[in-house]
Amino acid sequence: MSWKKLLIPLASVPLILLLAYGFRTDPKAIPSPLVQKAAPDFRLKAFDGGEVSLAELKGKPLVLNFWASWCYPACYEEAPLLEATWKKFKDQGLMMVGVDIQDKEANAREFLQRFGFTFPNAPDPGSKVSIDYGVYGVPETFFIDRQGRIVYKHVGALTPEFVEAQVQSLLKGK
Amino acid sequence: MIRRRGTCASVRRTARALMVGVALLLWSGATNVHAATNFDLEDRVREIASELRCVVCQNLSVADSPSDLAKEMRNLVREQVQQGKSREEIQAYFVSRYGEYVLLSPPKRGFNLLVWGLPFLAIVVGGGVVYLVARRWTEQASANRPVADPAYAERVRRELKDREQG
Repeated sequence: MSWKKLLIPLASVPLILLLAYGFRTDPKAIPSPLVQKAAPDFRLKAFDGGEVSLAELKGKPLVLNFWASWCYPACYEEAPLLEATWKKFKDQGLMMVGVDIQDKEANAREFLQRFGFTFPNAPDPGSKVSIDYGVYGVPETFFIDRQGRIVYKHVGALTPEFVEAQVQSLLKGK
Repeated sequence: MIRRRGTCASVRRTARALMVGVALLLWSGATNVHAATNFDLEDRVREIASELRCVVCQNLSVADSPSDLAKEMRNLVREQVQQGKSREEIQAYFVSRYGEYVLLSPPKRGFNLLVWGLPFLAIVVGGGVVYLVARRWTEQASANRPVADPAYAERVRRELKDREQG
């Protein structure tokens, strides 16, 4: 008779385990299948008229940032940090490219001017590059090593310590 | 002569009418075929897009979402269908970019089998429990039926008999 009394608590153990697993994972954190894989190639026409492509940047570590002028406040928060990081590390061989998603050109140009971006930025017509990189929101930032491999994908606004650490490890890496 | 020419002319007229008719038929057929392929394409795009999650929405498919990104995704699906890619190939592309998260129905393998299997398992187990409990209740009910005192039962029977006869 006693094993029957144990039946209900025993039956709820797997359920509790399943819930414990489910509730401890963040449903908003969706791991990108692209991490540790070759970054998808892209070729975009930059706002300044030049062309920017992944193939050209190979051999240099790259910070690829997806942003939009309508992405307030996260994109506005990290924008000065991006420009500062670019200025600090460009002489050491770091590359930085911004991709503007689903934006109006006038608004995007205003954004660029506001933060005085000096690294190449390009609109993404048809969101082709964004979809190719599995972007589902802005801002998202990809850290790509010299081999053209995505080392890390960051969702949301960047913080100075984090960017510094990522960029240092990219510059040190092969 | 006149009669023959007359027949000739009418034959020619009929032939011309026929030719115009055939041409019209062919033309309408051609436009129908064109409409059909277009319709098929849009149907196919919708079918594939309805199984993809709109990644910027809450629980909406790419086919149903009015968002810009979903629109671009539909365009991409259309392009790939036009390139002759199969549904599996298109799904594989989106999975390679966004992970399995992009599929509205999780693929039936590995850990996901739990999601597909558990509801049916729950129905079977729950049904079994209901059956066992119901059986026990009926058994208890029949076991607990009160049994009358034999002397009292005998008296009831006798009095009923008397009443019938009286």
